[in-house]
Amino acid sequence: MNPVVTAMPNDQPGPALVQVRGLRFGYGRKLIFDGVDMDFARGRITAIMGPSGTGKTTLLRLIGGQWRPQAGGITFDGVDIHRQNRAGLYRLRKRMGMLFQNGALLTDLSVFENVAFPLREHTQLPESMIRDLVLLKLQAVGLRGARDLFPEELSGGMARRVALARAMALEPELVMYDEPFTGQDPISMGVLMRLVRTVNDALGLTSIVVSHDVVEVMSISDYVYVISGGKVIAQGEPDQVRQTSSERARQFLDGRPDGPVAFHYPAQSLAEDLGLEAA
Amino acid sequence: MNAIGAILGDFLATLGRATLFLLQLLLAVPRALLRPRLLLRQIYMVGQLSLIIIVISGAFIGMVLALEGYRTLSNFGATSSLGILVALSVIRELGPVVTALLFAGRAGSALAAEIGLMRATDQLSGMEMMAVDPLAYVAAPRFLAGFIAMPLLASIFSVMAIGAAGGYFVGVIWLGVDPGAYWSQIHQGVEVLDIRQSLIKSLVFGATVSWIAVFQGYHSAPTSEGVSRATTSTVVMSSLAILALDFVLTAFMFSQ
Repeated sequence: MNPVVTAMPNDQPGPALVQVRGLRFGYGRKLIFDGVDMDFARGRITAIMGPSGTGKTTLLRLIGGQWRPQAGGITFDGVDIHRQNRAGLYRLRKRMGMLFQNGALLTDLSVFENVAFPLREHTQLPESMIRDLVLLKLQAVGLRGARDLFPEELSGGMARRVALARAMALEPELVMYDEPFTGQDPISMGVLMRLVRTVNDALGLTSIVVSHDVVEVMSISDYVYVISGGKVIAQGEPDQVRQTSSERARQFLDGRPDGPVAFHYPAQSLAEDLGLEAA
Repeated sequence: MNAIGAILGDFLATLGRATLFLLQLLLAVPRALLRPRLLLRQIYMVGQLSLIIIVISGAFIGMVLALEGYRTLSNFGATSSLGILVALSVIRELGPVVTALLFAGRAGSALAAEIGLMRATDQLSGMEMMAVDPLAYVAAPRFLAGFIAMPLLASIFSVMAIGAAGGYFVGVIWLGVDPGAYWSQIHQGVEVLDIRQSLIKSLVFGATVSWIAVFQGYHSAPTSEGVSRATTSTVVMSSLAILALDFVLTAFMFSQ
């Protein structure tokens, strides 16, 4: 039996909403994922952590079908994401919301219009209903009063909250967060953390949070994957992961400057470089 | 030799990608037409961006043409033909070409920068993840807008160059050419064919510039350097393409 599945909490209904199997992906000759298996259980917040450059964002783009894996596959609710034509892929994407690191709000539209955008594009709802829906979504993220502002007038944290309201507009089943806490002050970090948790629980969503803010993410997630060097190096519920014995994972979780990920970029020895060793 | 081969290979690869992109763009055009408000907004944006520079350049080019033309024509005592000289030079050649060059510098670069920044700030990826095709929502309306705005701008340019602010001002008001002769020569000398060929040129140039601009922006690297490279290449490649196409089109039209 697959060890990944046995490690999952066993109280959720049905198989995982998103299943990653044998994923291989790389740019050019650089391999980002080398045989990765992951499950994202329904109704849960699953965190993906790892050092910068380990492909955390890449994984979200693969799940969103923006990029194709070289081998292996990803299924969403049992449907293979990468075996869809454009119409099929777009149908799947309407059931996903994604929060980009900087919000990715459309800069020529107001906050209100940004949240209304997916509704206008994908539904035939009358204007009055769109207005009500948008205001409710904005209320949920505490920005109903900011509806007439433009993206350039928002702080980073506010932009992410608007993006969250927009991601929720079509009532998705899955929300993916790309580094939602990076560069936030403590207050807006707290706000965003609470939002990720409450939105997930109130709407019965499945959430994937990609981050390297160890303490924050551990505190809100139900299950954690630590990836590094193209592999999953630790996984489990936050408490299990905190006890991990993997050296690589320990270095990352404890923030040690030196370890399996060396402080020094690979180079010849210093003595050689300075010409101190006789040739 | 190898270097030339590499450059040629690069060029052909880019041309291939750009052609594929054009096909996708054309396929997205019907969906863009379903959003007339978006299209009108883009026509307004690219048109209004370029309007002032087109109007002023048109007037100055008309004035210079009239001055130079007057000097040459007066050697033959043919200054009454000034109108037709200015009109034909502008309608057949300078109108479409200069407008397209200015359009590439003003609107083309702005289009490339705008789309490039949308790429760099994940707005295009964001749209894709919202199941909205950025080709239909962002690229196609801008491409169409350039295609529609160029002939309008070229016509404005020509009117400015021939009319009261340009050639007419220098030729008639300043140098004393008979106004009746100026207009009647134009009336008799300019044929529908000239105007049609002028329109064809500006349509082709408009499509070319917007194609290059949208392609460069859409495929720019998502960095500040990438966006700056996209704007620069838009202007350089558009200008070269306009001049080369002008030669080809003129050669074809000449043989008609």
